[in-house]
Amino acid sequence: MTELASYNFAYLDEQTKRMIRRAILKAIAIPGYQVPFASREMPMPYGWGTGGVQVTASIIGPDDVLKVIDQGADDTTNAVSIRAFFQKVADVAVTTHTQDATIIQTRHRIPEQTLREGQVLVYQVPIPEPLRFLEPRETETRKMHALEEYGLMHVKLYEDIARHGRISTTYAYPVKVASRYVMDPSPTPKFDNPKMHMYEALQLFGAGREKRIYAVPPYTEVVSLDFEDHPFEIQTFSQNCALCNAHGVYLDEVVLDDKGGRMFVCSDTDNCEDRRAHGHVGEMLAQDPPLGKEAAE
Amino acid sequence: MTDTPLFKVSGFSKFYGNRIGCKDVSFELWPGEVLAIVGESGSGKTTLLNCLSTRLMPTAGSVEYRMRDGQFRDLYHMSEAERRFLMRTDWGFVHQNPADGLRMTVSAGANVGERLMAIGDRHYGKIRETATDWLTRVEISTDRIDDQPRSFSGGMRQRLQIARNLVTGPRLVFMDEPTGGLDVSVQARLLDLLRGLVNDLGLAAIVVTHDLAVARLLSHRMMVMKDGYVIEHGLTDRVLDDPREPYTQLLVSSILQV
Amino acid sequence: MATPLVVSEVFKSFTMHLRDGLKLPVVNDVNFSVASGECVVLGGPSGIGKSSILKMLYGNYAVDAGQILVDHRGRIVDIANVDPRTVLEVRRHTMGYVSQFLRTVPRVAAVDVVAEPLVARGVDAAEARDRASELLAQLNLPRELWNLPPATFSGGEQQRVNIARGFITDHRILLLDEPTASLDAANRKVVVSMIADKKAQGVAMLGIFHDEEVREAVADRILDVSAFSPRRAAA
Repeated sequence: MTELASYNFAYLDEQTKRMIRRAILKAIAIPGYQVPFASREMPMPYGWGTGGVQVTASIIGPDDVLKVIDQGADDTTNAVSIRAFFQKVADVAVTTHTQDATIIQTRHRIPEQTLREGQVLVYQVPIPEPLRFLEPRETETRKMHALEEYGLMHVKLYEDIARHGRISTTYAYPVKVASRYVMDPSPTPKFDNPKMHMYEALQLFGAGREKRIYAVPPYTEVVSLDFEDHPFEIQTFSQNCALCNAHGVYLDEVVLDDKGGRMFVCSDTDNCEDRRAHGHVGEMLAQDPPLGKEAAE
Repeated sequence: MTDTPLFKVSGFSKFYGNRIGCKDVSFELWPGEVLAIVGESGSGKTTLLNCLSTRLMPTAGSVEYRMRDGQFRDLYHMSEAERRFLMRTDWGFVHQNPADGLRMTVSAGANVGERLMAIGDRHYGKIRETATDWLTRVEISTDRIDDQPRSFSGGMRQRLQIARNLVTGPRLVFMDEPTGGLDVSVQARLLDLLRGLVNDLGLAAIVVTHDLAVARLLSHRMMVMKDGYVIEHGLTDRVLDDPREPYTQLLVSSILQV
Repeated sequence: MATPLVVSEVFKSFTMHLRDGLKLPVVNDVNFSVASGECVVLGGPSGIGKSSILKMLYGNYAVDAGQILVDHRGRIVDIANVDPRTVLEVRRHTMGYVSQFLRTVPRVAAVDVVAEPLVARGVDAAEARDRASELLAQLNLPRELWNLPPATFSGGEQQRVNIARGFITDHRILLLDEPTASLDAANRKVVVSMIADKKAQGVAMLGIFHDEEVREAVADRILDVSAFSPRRAAA
């Protein structure tokens, strides 16, 4: 009838956190290098961000403010449940405001607003090995990293161009970090790749199933791989955000009905809300009722 | 003809525990020279080839290679990074089974271009142009450039493997039974192609084969191996037309006449 | 100028290991030389070792004892005791060989088969082909065959390709193993005149000719190989 055994702060025991912190420190010391770590079972399935959660749990303190996004949004299942998890096991403050957060755990996006020094961006990574799809042998890919043999990465891009006439890889687009290691930036859209370059915030990557942690320290060179005659390009959108009229941000397509009605809205919900709060209005909100997508300008 | 060998092997041995892989092998190879290593299965010829190409480490002996700067380097005292660099630039290795030497799930063009990209070529158009040129040289129709080798016949795969190896202009190529497993007519075409390329490019090559016809057509010199030892060594036509050792005589007399 | 070819105290036998080491002596104590511009014909009954002598000189057969001295670019090389690489160099630059049979390579056109020895010596491919075409024309090989691989040619056609290949270079020594065996009278005459031309150029030639008429026409000297027969020595 005694009280139930309580969880340690932030779920993981202190030994585990020390082990993971050591891996993180090593990862920061060798930008882009995948550090193996003893990934723990977490109370959620693989693929739900167990790597990112372990990294966050190891660095979070009682004073931190946590934001969790999934595909840029704060309100999707994955983001909501991870945020609730840390509220429960660490009792930390949470926020949806990018600027207010000290730690942002993300799945598949980098916030539109530039982070500042002192903030930490934690990525959830499904497959950390960029060479995996062309060279399945882990012993061989590790050797290739060690010896800086990255010709194979360009074979992948070559295949893209040969098949589609351009580099068609749109997410998990490989980058070279600090002129040394080729790294998979996790399945973020390549739209976000340029943001990683000389980023003010610390970027940490956790892959739970694959048991790897890697990092890009602040102000580190991050270059997307390409060919001289097929240079790296990001996606562009002809529309503005239908809600906040933002341009030059990453947009999601939202299907409105079964008659072909659709709209494009900010993938970063916080950024979108912030803009609307500041009076920006997109075409969908300006019109009432919000139908007829090809209305007059 | 230069007066310096390209490759020097001395006192070379490889043991597997107490078992002899090959023992006391010494020879030199000059630029443009093709050496055939013949013998039956288990004679040590593949062990020798794998050691010479640094895919295996020997028990004793040294193998020196003349680098492009003219300096001889002992292969087994090089760093792994240097050896691997050598293997994908100045050397080639043609496997018996093309699937071992090709990436079966990337296109023919990328298979040929990979070595170029590995040494830093970053111009797609030029890489593709070079790949196209090499496909033509190995008699693969250029409209197959974007097809994967999975869809190629055995002979085409082997020719693709050869192109993939030769694209960086290597000076030395190792071949392990390059015509093994191919139909006779396909073999003839491949041999003729190899012979032409070796002549045109002035390649040095070490070819392991159990097929004496391959040795006759491709090689200048021949080493006959038995139980891990080199038992006879000489000019290819001399060894085949006037074999001296009992085992070599047995080998030569076992050829079926058509 | 040194004598192009000197053969001194050469012994040759075959040991048949598959027949319990049966030893077949071929020739004993062979001694002769061939001067520049001279055509020496090996004589004697068949099986006496004439072809074996040619093959030894060419490095194709090993030698038990003795020396085969060749003047290779001003340097004396002993074919009987030299590394394979030097033998190949001698073959490329100094000593040519016209065998009885053509060893065909699949897919290579007749004209390229003929041009190859020139190309191997660094002559431009187009020029070598021109020269090869001239020789094939001289030997009356039908023009429509020039660009076909000789594997399917008749014996006489193959032999003419073989002769052209042997005669295309300016090798200082030529070994001829029955080059006229399957030729008709007209083509035999062509070969005889080609040999005469080579003689005039100072080429040292050593040959085997069974055809008496040809032999009479080309031979400066007939060397009876029976003299080196071990059977005779034993008798």
